[in-house]
Amino acid sequence: MEDKKPLLEVKDLKRYFISGTGQNKKVLKAVDGISFHIYKGETFGLVGESGCGKTTTGRTIIRLYNPTGGEILFEGKDLAHLSEKEMLPYRKRIQMIFQDPYASLNSRMTVTDIIAEGIDTHHLYFGQERQARIYDLLEKVGLKREHASRYPHEFSGGQRQRIGIARALAVNPELIICDEPISALDVSIQAQVVNMLEDLQNEFGLTYLFIAHDLSMVRHISDRIGVMYLGKMMEVTTSDELYENPLHPYTKSLLSSIPTPDPRNSIRDRRVILKGDVGSPINPKPGCRFASRCQYATERCFTDTPELRELKPEHFVSCHNVEEINRI
Amino acid sequence: MKKILEVKNLRTTFFTHVGEVQAVRGISFDLEEGDILGIVGESGSGKSVTSLSIMGLVDDPGRITEGEILFESIDLSKLTNEEMAEYRGNEISMIFQDPMTSINPVFSIGNQMIEVIMRHTKMTKEEARQRAIELLKMVGIPEPEVRIKNYPHQFSGGMRQRVMIAMAISCNPKLLIADEPTTALDVTIQAQILELMRSLKDKINSSVILITHDLGVIAEICNKVIVMYGGMIMEKSDIYSLYEKPQHPYTRGLLQSVPKNVTGTKKRLIPIEGTPPDLLSPPKGCPFSPRCPHAMEICLKEASPLYRISDTQEASCWLHHPDAPVVEGFVKVEVK
Repeated sequence: MEDKKPLLEVKDLKRYFISGTGQNKKVLKAVDGISFHIYKGETFGLVGESGCGKTTTGRTIIRLYNPTGGEILFEGKDLAHLSEKEMLPYRKRIQMIFQDPYASLNSRMTVTDIIAEGIDTHHLYFGQERQARIYDLLEKVGLKREHASRYPHEFSGGQRQRIGIARALAVNPELIICDEPISALDVSIQAQVVNMLEDLQNEFGLTYLFIAHDLSMVRHISDRIGVMYLGKMMEVTTSDELYENPLHPYTKSLLSSIPTPDPRNSIRDRRVILKGDVGSPINPKPGCRFASRCQYATERCFTDTPELRELKPEHFVSCHNVEEINRI
Repeated sequence: MKKILEVKNLRTTFFTHVGEVQAVRGISFDLEEGDILGIVGESGSGKSVTSLSIMGLVDDPGRITEGEILFESIDLSKLTNEEMAEYRGNEISMIFQDPMTSINPVFSIGNQMIEVIMRHTKMTKEEARQRAIELLKMVGIPEPEVRIKNYPHQFSGGMRQRVMIAMAISCNPKLLIADEPTTALDVTIQAQILELMRSLKDKINSSVILITHDLGVIAEICNKVIVMYGGMIMEKSDIYSLYEKPQHPYTRGLLQSVPKNVTGTKKRLIPIEGTPPDLLSPPKGCPFSPRCPHAMEICLKEASPLYRISDTQEASCWLHHPDAPVVEGFVKVEVK
């Protein structure tokens, strides 16, 4: 295998939210020490249920939140403690696409102004070149030139998401953080947007961090996937390996919960239905975060926090009992 | 099988200041005793308005402008609000998508459940309370005697949806309408709720209409399906035929746009091009025709009738006409 270089390396990233003071002080550990890396040109999927910290992870990488601890290495440079001014050149290289195409576009700005905001901030193009660039971007994302002077309310959800993508592309980024970019779209539109993201990736050599909860779409688009649960990384591996050979008990039940569009599918009988609900990330107890819902949990799981270990090449799992569960 | 519900040529329109939004445009279907009927469609397809029409919950500026909704031979669309209130929560009940906004946050859940039970039965308050505890236990709420005093915000999303289901089944409804009951939930919780609905179906003996945009959820639990698009029915089918030999290009497109995910291969998705219709000025003919890869001249002019493909499958597409060009997978139907 060729020597692949990571574009982004996240090491022991932490982001806590603190509310209350004194005795009422609560610490919400949204992201609690996760590590992963993304190779140049690949798509890394980050999956998990609501509240697992996947969105916070994305937002912390691009420094919409300041990390509580850990490193964010972009081509070896730690972004975690850069000042706003030092961060500026990296804001051009890392862009973001948001989940809600209604909330993420300013309704008082025209499409041109929305797309050009980054171009102007970074002084990339001027005058006619700027206008040509905007037309070019609109065509790239499947919109028309005449859309440039319109306002967001004149577009459907799918078209708005295209505007958001054009805005991200405008500054020639290397890494795009896609935070649930298709969740708010209709099924028939989702495939259009996913195909477009794939085409753009091929054309511009983009690297994606793809955050989502739709597990079958994540498998389709990702090269490697990380599974999060309550602020911790449970399993990281290539997407085929994750779906064919999941090792962590949480991943197993998560994957078996996906309803498949096939009435004769027998997955229902093999389904591992989890007991209880996702716990709270506020003042979490020591030990494995998944222990209270895990059917294999032993005493140790409630006291020691498991580390992410490489069990097979490129297959990382954080579970004390993974060997026994999978008879490795 | 006995027919519980017959919807005949239902039209529901919203008279807004920008024009008439024709949300449901003349749909007909039956529901037999014991059926779990899935209605699948995208946003704006009219699936939710269909269910609100059945429940008599279409609000101003919306109105049922045409058609009949026969529930055990009584036309619900002609009832007054007071008459309809006798059915709602009793004979027909509904589970909504978002349990946080559909349960009252300022009353305990016990309070709300007891109210429903006492409203429709002759039980005393204590009997109703016992019944409520029994129902909470049935839907898998631990320690129901304690939890009955709790308020909605003290429950998680999945637990709230269980409470909602307990309320909906409290009077043993003959018809239960579930509008996107699992859409707001995480997938592991969705699996729990679907399992619960499956197990309850046998216990309470209701017929169910399940509205969703997720073809996976439909395949899990339904025995019949209706596919809606642009306010009209595109296809009606038994569960197996729909997935194995869809007879409408829209159904086929929907099934193809979902990733198949075979290990070691990376196939490009096949999307449906274009965008859903504007219901203010819907296309004159088939609502899907502007996006349909097989669209013919007639499709743009006139909506197709429902062709009867088999005893259990009907599709509204001109491709089934004997004179239409042959498209692989689509069956020709003789015109009577």
